Amino acid sequence: MYFQENSMTATETLKHTALHSLHTDLEGKMVPFHGWELPVQFSSIMKEHNAVRTAAGLFDVSHMGQVFIEGPGALTLLQKINSNDISRLKDGRSMYSHMLNEAGGVVDDVIVSRIEEGRYLVVVNAATRENDVAWIRRHGEGLDLEIEDRSESLAMIALQGPQAAESMKALCLEAVPLKRFGAMKLELFGRTVWITRTGYTGEDGFEIICPHELATRVWQTLSARGASFGLLPCGLGARDTLRLEAGYLLYGSDVDEDHTPFEAGYGWVVKLKKETFIGKSALEKQVSEGIQRRLTPIQLVERGVLRPDAVVSCEGEVLGTLSSATFSPTLKAGIGVGYFNRPDLKSGTPVSVLLHGREFPAEVADSPFYKRS
Amino acid sequence: MPDPKSSRYMKSHEWVSLEGDEAVVGISDHAQREITDVVFIDLPKTGRKVAKGEAVAVVESVKAAFDIYAPVGGEILAVNDAVTQNPGLANSSPHNEGWFFRIKLDDPKEAEALMDHAAYEAFLSSQS
Repeated sequence: MYFQENSMTATETLKHTALHSLHTDLEGKMVPFHGWELPVQFSSIMKEHNAVRTAAGLFDVSHMGQVFIEGPGALTLLQKINSNDISRLKDGRSMYSHMLNEAGGVVDDVIVSRIEEGRYLVVVNAATRENDVAWIRRHGEGLDLEIEDRSESLAMIALQGPQAAESMKALCLEAVPLKRFGAMKLELFGRTVWITRTGYTGEDGFEIICPHELATRVWQTLSARGASFGLLPCGLGARDTLRLEAGYLLYGSDVDEDHTPFEAGYGWVVKLKKETFIGKSALEKQVSEGIQRRLTPIQLVERGVLRPDAVVSCEGEVLGTLSSATFSPTLKAGIGVGYFNRPDLKSGTPVSVLLHGREFPAEVADSPFYKRS
Repeated sequence: MPDPKSSRYMKSHEWVSLEGDEAVVGISDHAQREITDVVFIDLPKTGRKVAKGEAVAVVESVKAAFDIYAPVGGEILAVNDAVTQNPGLANSSPHNEGWFFRIKLDDPKEAEALMDHAAYEAFLSSQS
């Protein structure tokens, strides 16, 4: 076998997060990811995945962007650029939403938090950050507000798993009572930090946004507390298997400007009762006409691994290709999602997948693949 | 039991343990450490004739799939069903319980051209 080389070239300068030297000290396997150098794994994807499902895991997600929108016009702007109804956010609450283009395609999927009235935090994806900020600024023109992209000075750490709250007690007791999708701004070690009870794994957990200077201290405090019950540092590999099991979208693979929330199976983030928002009329049209393709989950019947780009067929007709796929450590089966030109396919429908030259039997699955009990 | 010290190696990290005109093939300890989490192994059918260097098996980790090359030419005599049923054996016991297949050699001299253990170790050091 030949191992793939990490596609790091001398000409490519990758950004380092505030935790980079800590990752290399922990012997994390570093890979390029949307302009950043981040750990894909520390011990093993399986071990890290299972630690998050049964105990806790710690992720450096500092590549994510943080955009602060403040002022009397902030809500007007956020309502205009979001499919979800931001007016329903109370102080100290967060909401998952899609920002759409005029055609109803997804510009980015984001989490909007209302810190207090007129003060919002939008967490955006790394790959889309610059485009998002330009989009937000453009639509904010003429409104009484300030937009500040603070991604370059802030680190972000995700603490995830059933023991996340136990670990949080060592860092910040005030954050422990936060409810799911709760958000708070507070002082920690003399600096302002933001903590939300959110995540991308399908488990309970927190995301902590803090200045670079605090990142190592936050990481080490949580890590020390969690060590006794099996908390592990986790990389991008486990982050991907966890989110795919949990039915979360990977922007750029599962959803993008050419796909709508309805096609992605995320119609619940679209609030057509809102007076107006970018993409609304295109989506109303799609609702009345019906969708032509749908992001569909499938699972291999026999043992095996599904891979992105694998071609899926049903009764000899090609349905489409997988946009995300992996081996599910929880189900111990190959799982994946892809846009199929048959939006009507029911769970349990037999399909087949072409993998290293052979057709493997698979079935349309229920979404999500994993739901915590 | 195949002995890592007396096995021969390919640069692509397969080991071959010679037993007269037969040989047992698997992946090295270094290889299993590199790929970690082996979750799926697809082995050739018994009776298949393979050429040296031919891709004959697939090993998959959570992240990626890897082709396994035949270190020598010959006929596949047996495959290790235990490792296909429990792919973790390739991680926990790469030189023993995690073996892949047994092959009848076309030309026993072919294996002599492969690296011995010391040469493989030196090759690994030169790569890191």
